[in-house]
Amino acid sequence: MTRSLFLGGILSALVLLAALLSFIWTPYDHTALNIPAKLQAPNAEHWLGTDHFGRDILSMIMVGARTSIAVALVAVGIGMGLGVPLGLAAAAKRGSWLDEGIMRANDLVFAFPSLVIAILITAILGAGAINAIIAIGIFNIPVFARVTRGAALSLWQREFILAARVAGKGSARISAEHILPNVANLLIVQGTIQFSLGILAEAGLSYVGLGAQPPVPSWGRMLADAQTMVSLAPHMALVPGCAIILTVLGLNLMGDGLRDWLDPKLQGGRA
Amino acid sequence: MPPIQLEIGNFSAFARDRWRPLWTRARRPPNLPLMGRYFAKRLLSLIVSLVVASWVIFFVIEIAPGDPASFMLGINAQPDTIAALRSELGLDEGKVTRYINWFTGMLQGDFGTSYTYRTPVAQMVADRLWVSLPLAIYALTLSTLIALPAGIYAAARRGKSGDIAVMGATQLGVAVPNFWFAMMLVLVFAINLRWFSAGGFVGWEAGPLAALHSLTLPAIALALPQAAILARVMRSALLDILGEDFIRTARAKGLSQRQALWRHGLRNALIPVLTIIGLQFSFLLAGAIIIEQVFYLPGLGRLVFQAISARDLIVVESVVMLLVFAVIMVNFLVDLTYALVDPRLRGRG
Repeated sequence: MTRSLFLGGILSALVLLAALLSFIWTPYDHTALNIPAKLQAPNAEHWLGTDHFGRDILSMIMVGARTSIAVALVAVGIGMGLGVPLGLAAAAKRGSWLDEGIMRANDLVFAFPSLVIAILITAILGAGAINAIIAIGIFNIPVFARVTRGAALSLWQREFILAARVAGKGSARISAEHILPNVANLLIVQGTIQFSLGILAEAGLSYVGLGAQPPVPSWGRMLADAQTMVSLAPHMALVPGCAIILTVLGLNLMGDGLRDWLDPKLQGGRA
Repeated sequence: MPPIQLEIGNFSAFARDRWRPLWTRARRPPNLPLMGRYFAKRLLSLIVSLVVASWVIFFVIEIAPGDPASFMLGINAQPDTIAALRSELGLDEGKVTRYINWFTGMLQGDFGTSYTYRTPVAQMVADRLWVSLPLAIYALTLSTLIALPAGIYAAARRGKSGDIAVMGATQLGVAVPNFWFAMMLVLVFAINLRWFSAGGFVGWEAGPLAALHSLTLPAIALALPQAAILARVMRSALLDILGEDFIRTARAKGLSQRQALWRHGLRNALIPVLTIIGLQFSFLLAGAIIIEQVFYLPGLGRLVFQAISARDLIVVESVVMLLVFAVIMVNFLVDLTYALVDPRLRGRG
């Protein structure tokens, strides 16, 4: 196991643990207002301080981790669930109208930066966590489709696929039984990267008010609240910011480590 | 790959060229019909992408609930007043007619009239572009100036402490949300040190230096994550090139690793780096939407958020179309540049 996989795994596990723990325990109720205790710096009672309504920031961070993880996870699920079959189909029918159609549709989605997709969706459906998931998920589809197609194309040239064809298996069955297990490693690595990008995107969308809406807690909205308070209570901005950075850093390190670990050719390799 | 017509007398010159870096090779006579076909195919793809993107944007906005005329006049408006306004705004025409009017209008620089401000959208967009475009260019310049030396430094010291430090910094740079970094910059450089203002834009009337000064913090905030990505690409591209045969040949001819890197490696590694720089530009333009919110800059981002809250959908669709146009156009230019520097690609069309 590589060092980055170990470090990334620990950071990611900590965040996941905090999110899971928040279902059964948080130091305080994350919605409880306590105006006399507002804007407290980190202290023995409130380990990460309080916000402008006196809410405990540690509790909000723990519950906010749930939102970030849920949004990013479902968005990766949408991307994988739709992108991988599309990529497999495109590779199986290489050069056909289906392949061409799928790849051109991918190019079209790529022309819309994820933030622009989010703006369009918000303009139609309004802001909210579900719409943020849709926006990030749509952007993930072509990413997974491309990665899957690229990896699958080279596999289709291999002898064991030829053997499967000789055995009478059809394209769909070969894709499911032989191609998919062989691209799974690559998809896990890409999934980790998209997951970290999803966390960043969710935070950005919530920050501008397009993501999770009150009372659902979110790291991005905590930062938006902190913006006007940054000179009075810098910890209000520092804490959620560090939570995002550590989570994304952990996932990126884990992605790099997994790539090296799963592919011995890359060990000791490049960025 | 297309067959290349060579005269016997020139063959040895081209054979020698195989060992030289791409940029320093003797130029083959350009295959004009092939380049023309490549250009035509890319141009066709560009036009199709733009048309399909415009359908998607227009019809997605069309299904948005709520009638702009009713929204503008409020809940107490009389039906005939709403109908009159709908007619004035051209909303009573069929969807296809309105799409054609919108699209052909845009081709002529007429983006329609804002429902809220009753001013031409093209004028509003042009005013805001004077903030967003210089900001994106400023950020791209900063990102390139930081990333290229960092990437070259790391590649030249592969595996050593300098490389590890740069790679560690880029890992962190990629993980930092740019709007949070922007808030930290405001805290340190605007609130504590008072070197910059915390937000707003003085306008180009105040002089280019003053205007650039007020765009500096937003540009740094935008540039950081892009610089981290670009530095990694630069390092990776250089390391790829350093493993090539022509670098080994250069080393065998007596050049030091550093000389081989500067004379032969760098120019070849720049090809993928230029591609990423091109792609980053459009993402900087879109990414500026959030940064403009942090610094209260009157750019495209603020315009689009104001338009969403006022249900000024014609402004939303025009700005989104403009951003998508920028991305598609940059991709097209990158494809063309690729073909110019790497003749093998022209054959793929």
